[in-house]
Amino acid sequence: MELRAYILRRLLLLIPVLFGITLFIFGITMLFSPIARASLYIRDVRQLQDLPAVIERYGLDHPFIVQYGTWLGQVLQGNLGWSKVASMPVWDAIWHFLPATLEIAIFATPLIILTGIFFGTTAAAHKDKPLDHGTRVAAILGWSLPSFWLGLVLIMIFYGFFRGFLPPGRLSIQMDILVNSAAFTRYTHINTIDAILNLNGPVLLDALRHVVLPVVTVSVINMAFIMRLMRSSMLEALGKGYILTARAKGLAERIVVNKHARRNALIPVITVSGYLFAALANGMVITETIFRYKGIGWWAWMAASNLDIPSVLGFAMFSAFIFVLVNLVVDILYTRVDPRVKLGEAVQ
Amino acid sequence: MSDWRLMARQLARNPLSLMGIIIIVIFIIIAIFAPLIAPAPEGHLNPYMIPRDGYVATPQPPSQNHIFGTTEGQYDIFYGVIWGARSAFRVALVVISITLLVGITLGSLAGYFGGVLDEIIMRITDIFLAFPTLILAMAIVAAMGPSLRSVMIALTAVWWPSYARLIRGDILQVREEDYIEASRGLGASSGRVIVRHVLPNAIYPCLIMASLDIGAVVLSAAALSFLGLGVPEGYADWGQLTSFARNWMVGPPGNPFKYWYAVITPGAFILFFVLGWNLLGDAFRDILDPRLARR
Repeated sequence: MELRAYILRRLLLLIPVLFGITLFIFGITMLFSPIARASLYIRDVRQLQDLPAVIERYGLDHPFIVQYGTWLGQVLQGNLGWSKVASMPVWDAIWHFLPATLEIAIFATPLIILTGIFFGTTAAAHKDKPLDHGTRVAAILGWSLPSFWLGLVLIMIFYGFFRGFLPPGRLSIQMDILVNSAAFTRYTHINTIDAILNLNGPVLLDALRHVVLPVVTVSVINMAFIMRLMRSSMLEALGKGYILTARAKGLAERIVVNKHARRNALIPVITVSGYLFAALANGMVITETIFRYKGIGWWAWMAASNLDIPSVLGFAMFSAFIFVLVNLVVDILYTRVDPRVKLGEAVQ
Repeated sequence: MSDWRLMARQLARNPLSLMGIIIIVIFIIIAIFAPLIAPAPEGHLNPYMIPRDGYVATPQPPSQNHIFGTTEGQYDIFYGVIWGARSAFRVALVVISITLLVGITLGSLAGYFGGVLDEIIMRITDIFLAFPTLILAMAIVAAMGPSLRSVMIALTAVWWPSYARLIRGDILQVREEDYIEASRGLGASSGRVIVRHVLPNAIYPCLIMASLDIGAVVLSAAALSFLGLGVPEGYADWGQLTSFARNWMVGPPGNPFKYWYAVITPGAFILFFVLGWNLLGDAFRDILDPRLARR
């Protein structure tokens, strides 16, 4: 299939996905009575008498289809609604909180993939030796760790025991004032990258000190996942005929493992990177909440625990959008790595 | 059923899976005998609510009366983790059984009848699978209002599609077998063919996956509770007990680990519970995956 047609078809798939997810979440909010939903708009007991007016104004007692239609109409005009917890429009909130999440992701993603692949390969190359058992137990342990608990324990040690060495938050107060002053240009709002672009060492160091623990917390479980997958994929590749051929030719074991087996073993790992993204997104909510690292995940948690429905819907749509995009890239990448696979078949 | 006996023998021989089984059995015993291990005080109405010893915020260290100490708000940690085992199994069993029911029903309809019905059901599973589960569950709980019931509904909503997928794939295979053709030829109705002949031959992978998912369900439920989107305050739940420790991660100067018992204990229970299921699951995967057969 032609690449452009394929991309277009996959992007069109976004429409039913977004439609389904919003209809579903919107439908659940409709289980609340109009009065319960209207009370989300008021701040004060004295405003209780205004409830009927609020219901009237926002049409909260209209039939479901009408309310969903009104909301959808607004969305199509680019209005995602008002985020109560962020005190700004939902669309602005997404862009406001995204850089913090990206800051964790740009460190966590390479860490997860590289360490996962390295340990997975090593374990498979030493199958049933102590090294294999060791990494395997470590993987199962990492896979079972509740990441919220891991985060708390890490704070207890690296913030508590080592007196403030790796603090929660994104920046310390002085640095926060500095980056928001005229002396510092914010290109991306990703602190580490901005610090490098401004050639500012202290800010870079401070930003790194804040980002280490969130990166570790969000990475451990996913590292274990990639490691396990890489191990079984490597074992399968090592059993193939071409490995026997390579060994029979007298190639060094290192080359057989790293060149012949690993390249082929990587293919299944690439196909699950879409799943990896979903796991990372889940992890971000928990991690950012524990470390008060105010990114998209933190915002989503705030919205969910304060019944800020427009934010929850906006966040859900944004995640679905990114998720479909990531899977599209993964599928295209897959055909590049394995030329035998044609676009459109890659999903299986 | 010699397959099963063989599998059981393999599981018992592998030290890791044996450890998993032992951990799971210990938790089952704790859950069953919770009323004996940690009896509710007299006049306590709902045993799932953790008894409090006063209302002081600061956690208190282990003592004669509270052997694991008390957490924020003077909830007894020992009582909480013991009854927490019960709530963990309760959530897991409810979620898994409803999930199985929904997943198997929709999956078999899709797989057996094919065509438009298959297309519709599978596109719906696409929508659900195309989404980070915790985030969707969080959105559902937020929309329905935080409660244990919402958590169970949310987890069921995000979990059923993978079962529907799995059973559909197996049914597509079984459907083509000769004995299915034979029973249709004898004039059996579609419902009878599905329930009596197709399902019994396609259901095992689903049941195995379901039993191994118990750890994952409990972990997700704990994460939701930790985020404050789950059980009511004071309910015996490991995730909530962990979240009580959030303000007490760092002790006073000179004693940074002062409140360790409030942080470590509930989390360790979650870790071991999930670890038990994952150890078992890992061994299962090896046994079931012929490509990795140990020679």
